[in-house]
Amino acid sequence: MSQHQEKARIIRFEQLADLNVRITLEAPLIAAAAEAGQFVMIRSGNSQDPLLRRPFSLHQTSSDGHIQIYFKDVGRGTNILAHTRVGEVLDVFGPLGRGFRIDKDRPACLVGGGLGIAPMLFLAKKIASLSTDHSRDLIVLGGRSREDVEPLVDDFKEFGLALHCATDDGSYGIKGFVTEIVKSEELKPGTVVYACGPDNMLEALHELCRTRGFDCQVSVESVMACGMGACLGCNIDAAAGGYVHVCIDGPVFNAEELAWNS
Amino acid sequence: MEFVTDRDQYPDLRVNIGGLALRNPVMTASGTFGYAREFENLLNLHRLGAVIVKGISLEPRPGNPPQRIVETPCGMLNAIGLQNVGVERFIAEKMSYLAGIDVPVVVNILGDTVEEYRLLSERLRGVEGIAALEVNISCPNVKKGGVAFGTDPAMAAAVTEAVKGAADVPVMVKLSPNVADIAAMARAVEGAGADSISLINTLIGMAVDVKRRKPVLANVIGGLSGPAIKPVALRMVYQASRAVNIPVIGIGGIETTEDALEFLLAGATAIQVGTANFINPRVSEELVDGLGAYVKTQKLSSVRELIGALEV
Repeated sequence: MSQHQEKARIIRFEQLADLNVRITLEAPLIAAAAEAGQFVMIRSGNSQDPLLRRPFSLHQTSSDGHIQIYFKDVGRGTNILAHTRVGEVLDVFGPLGRGFRIDKDRPACLVGGGLGIAPMLFLAKKIASLSTDHSRDLIVLGGRSREDVEPLVDDFKEFGLALHCATDDGSYGIKGFVTEIVKSEELKPGTVVYACGPDNMLEALHELCRTRGFDCQVSVESVMACGMGACLGCNIDAAAGGYVHVCIDGPVFNAEELAWNS
Repeated sequence: MEFVTDRDQYPDLRVNIGGLALRNPVMTASGTFGYAREFENLLNLHRLGAVIVKGISLEPRPGNPPQRIVETPCGMLNAIGLQNVGVERFIAEKMSYLAGIDVPVVVNILGDTVEEYRLLSERLRGVEGIAALEVNISCPNVKKGGVAFGTDPAMAAAVTEAVKGAADVPVMVKLSPNVADIAAMARAVEGAGADSISLINTLIGMAVDVKRRKPVLANVIGGLSGPAIKPVALRMVYQASRAVNIPVIGIGGIETTEDALEFLLAGATAIQVGTANFINPRVSEELVDGLGAYVKTQKLSSVRELIGALEV
């Protein structure tokens, strides 16, 4: 496992929606080592307040040493990052955690909800590169409304996988939840569902996969301080009792490893 | 006679904390550095003064339910709940690695009764690779109805005595700041035979989620750490170091070389880096470099000139 602390220069800043931002950084060591589903810890500014780094899943990496993060301006850390500019340098630590376990011989169904779309681009890119026949694969993107989904659609279309969208308010794609699309799409036997999004979406997908016999991998989030197994602050309930830690055991888990609320 | 250039290249950072000789005063605080291996590719472990591993109890502890941590202004609260693998798994799974790294390893121990501390110390006696024990007396004393050992001088002394009676390595006692008279606590553990004291552990605090009208932490209260507690830590290190003759190790919000210098001047013989490890995994090694550079540029004969050199 190789982790790196890089001073990464911002080379592109995209305001994809009112509060949704995508930042491209020069971080060649992290880009070279990263796998889909892994994350980085980024320091927002150099002051002691806010003190801790913030976790961001890797949106995608490029062979020329760039990484991207995609996030919403929702708190103090993300607000600072949402007001950075091209040329500024951020302290980035990663790649961290266990990413998606891709089975290239089985059909894939990628589901991203809201900001959970972020790691799905990296995964789609990886899956697209592993084989040429994607007739059995599927990408499903969802969000509250058009602005959460539409700005990212063109990037996902690159890979030639079937793409479906849903929004809560019906302003883009079908009106409803991503799970409804997954249900109606008659997944091929043996499909692996890879998902990231709000807890209730992940739980609904887990339930669906459990009853229909599909493997389901979910990327979850948690408050965390270190991102590398030192602080033990990011525990979540495990199905087997006790806890798992999002930063080192995850962030991608087999859904049945986790204890779900209901 | 040594070459002058040798001293230029290698500033004398050596300190001795109650029978434990360190190549420099920089240690990593328990609970912020895992079992050291997590950091092996991120810095040069052998350049540190010592590493202090995650606190160990007799039996494994699962720790507290989530949410365990929350950021606060210039700091963080944690209620990890002393999650650890227990002493048997620690010895079986962690010690062979720790015994092989070229840096003194201090094992932090914790228990609910005096007897547990004694049993732990006995179990760790003779285990290869342990340079010292650090005794965490901030956990609740179950037999005494949850009163922390760390807030009662007599109880703190009893724990210290039990560990000293069983241990075959120097014993450092880590004091809680949640007391009215830190000097009294320091004197109590010194009197009971402690070889050194380290302070401060976290300050008890809490955070409230207004939206949910609930405490942010599942444990309701947690320990505050980070730069926010540095002034309190400095004051307590100052008071404690003047109250005892054994070495004092300063802990609390140390992130920069200047922070470390402040603690040394206030009376600390060595320091521990805690929360800062989460933000910059390399910070402890950077502090070794920073202290070395300071000793050189100030033309000091050694870092020891700084200890307690505060002019009051």
